[in-house]
Amino acid sequence: MTVVVRTVARVLFPVALVFGGYVIMHGHLTPGGGFQGGAVAASALAMVLVAFGAGRLKDKKGLLSALESLGGTAFVVLGFLGLGLTYFANVLAGSYGLFGRPVPYGPNPGDLNTAGTLPLMNWAVGFKVLAGLGAAVLLFALFGGEDDR
Amino acid sequence: MGAHIPILAIAVPLLGGFATPLLAKLHRRLRDLWALLVVLFVGACVGYVAVHVFAQGLWVYVLGARSPQETLAPGGFPIRIMLVVDGMSAFMGIIAGLLALVAFPFALKFLPEEEGKNLALTLGLLLLAGILGMAYTGDLFNFFVFLEVTSIAACALIGYRTWTSRAPEAAFKTMLLYSLSGLLFLLAVALLYGEYGALNLAYLSAQLRGSRVDRLALALFLGALAMKAAAAPVHFWAPDAYGEAPAAQTLLLVVNTQVSLYGLWRVLFTLYGGVWDAGLGWLVVAMGLLTLVVAAFMALLQTDLGRLVAYGAVSQIGYMMLGVGVGLATLAGRPDYGLVALKGGVFHMLNDALTVGLLFLCVGAVEWATGTRDLRELGGLGHGLPEVALCFLLASLALAGIPPLNGFASKILIYEGSFRLSPILTAIAVLASILLLAVYARAFQGAFLGPRAEVPRRVPAVFLLAMAVLAVGIVVLGLVPGFFLEGVVTPAAEALWRGRAQYLAAVLGG
Repeated sequence: MTVVVRTVARVLFPVALVFGGYVIMHGHLTPGGGFQGGAVAASALAMVLVAFGAGRLKDKKGLLSALESLGGTAFVVLGFLGLGLTYFANVLAGSYGLFGRPVPYGPNPGDLNTAGTLPLMNWAVGFKVLAGLGAAVLLFALFGGEDDR
Repeated sequence: MGAHIPILAIAVPLLGGFATPLLAKLHRRLRDLWALLVVLFVGACVGYVAVHVFAQGLWVYVLGARSPQETLAPGGFPIRIMLVVDGMSAFMGIIAGLLALVAFPFALKFLPEEEGKNLALTLGLLLLAGILGMAYTGDLFNFFVFLEVTSIAACALIGYRTWTSRAPEAAFKTMLLYSLSGLLFLLAVALLYGEYGALNLAYLSAQLRGSRVDRLALALFLGALAMKAAAAPVHFWAPDAYGEAPAAQTLLLVVNTQVSLYGLWRVLFTLYGGVWDAGLGWLVVAMGLLTLVVAAFMALLQTDLGRLVAYGAVSQIGYMMLGVGVGLATLAGRPDYGLVALKGGVFHMLNDALTVGLLFLCVGAVEWATGTRDLRELGGLGHGLPEVALCFLLASLALAGIPPLNGFASKILIYEGSFRLSPILTAIAVLASILLLAVYARAFQGAFLGPRAEVPRRVPAVFLLAMAVLAVGIVVLGLVPGFFLEGVVTPAAEALWRGRAQYLAAVLGG
């Protein structure tokens, strides 16, 4: 790709990643969430693929696949946290621990430290989608080359 | 932990699927052991659930609530995700667990490491999770989600042999049909949600009035689930899919079509149980007859052993639809013999799982030993592979409904029930059975009889063990059908038959 595309991709890559992280992190407060944020972050990977070609990211396939499995595993394991009550029960909400503050009443700018296991699940889904979509795009980009799975 | 068994049966294979690639990075043997442990655990769970449900009635499990029995949110509205396991769900769970227990040990040996065994095991576990989710869920939208989980996992398994020309084509065809089926189902759910503002199956069932929108949604449900269950005239994905997927994983695809059929029963008997009419039963009967006749004739033309067995499997779907359709058509008017047909249809699901499963394992063993499934090249394998030949013969006879094997036990019930509705139905079904017998006799003769042929590769003991389990099941179910009919099939059929009131009461209270 031309130097213009490469330069813009260099500038936008961290921005897109940060925005993806923002959407994931605020999943329990604003529209969006793990899936949407993960997709935004994966678009950063797609941009790098377009600008620099698939060769640069070829050795990252194993990492992406491991990250995807980790995300999926984390999501299911977070469900097990609730087994004292029921599966998926939100035991962290209202516990004053991690993400444990009660949701403020009335108009407010949004308290990030609420909603219990939901933000954690958003992160799990976010990583899964980032890695899964990223790996899919990468495989498409590598298509035609030797298949070395 | 006992209270959480139904959700563990779904969550553990899901976890198993996600963790499999990670464990494979550590060690391959660890991954194999893990997959086996997960499947064993699932088998234990579905068995426990079935025993509990058959003994004590419905088992409701609500996710994310303070207690598993808290079905109604404050305000008296069932809004949470929930599992509702009745006799039919538990029965479906047993079938899935049984075939998974057979398929996974077989697959561990059958799948070559360099072909991407990790992927096939992961997808197999995800497919299992989706199937059990469909069987146990009490929420229409969750049913759709699990439907999609099974669709994606199944399509990927079908297209697993990417280097062949036919597997990606079969996967693409299946994906098209599955996507269409998923979208039709989603549209139907959306229509009901727009009308009643709820997704809970029991709540919707209580609210359903039989309006024009409800009827449209029913048509969409019927189309979507028939498509996924491989009923004619939308069966054409199944032979390709069954033929191309690795033999062991085909067993899971068979359960996948059955659980779609289970979804159809759930929609017809539970969701629309209050606004049902007899025409609906006749529609299911007609689809069943078309399926069993078309598939039996198509089986006649096949030269690929895998595709031939696949058409046989599709025709069995027709028998189930015939049995349950007769039950549905006579639900109000003549309940005495409708229940017989319904039991036959439900029993046939279990028998089909055993016989078709065994046939696919035989195809897999033949392919393993000779490297081909083409009937024009095969022949004389009976000398080198006597055990496989015996199993194939046993399963063929059971599939065609020859006494004293299990296929006879369920088919006689279907014939009995449908004869009272109209003898023509029975005549067509019997003729299709005879046709199938001819087809399988020809396949058996083509592959196993004739002058002694070289068998390049020995069939491992695990294959024979897996096949023996199913073969013993076929014989035992055929010899003492009454025991299983009373213990397992009757609770499942009764759950469809008169279980709607209990189903609604278990979720909505009172």
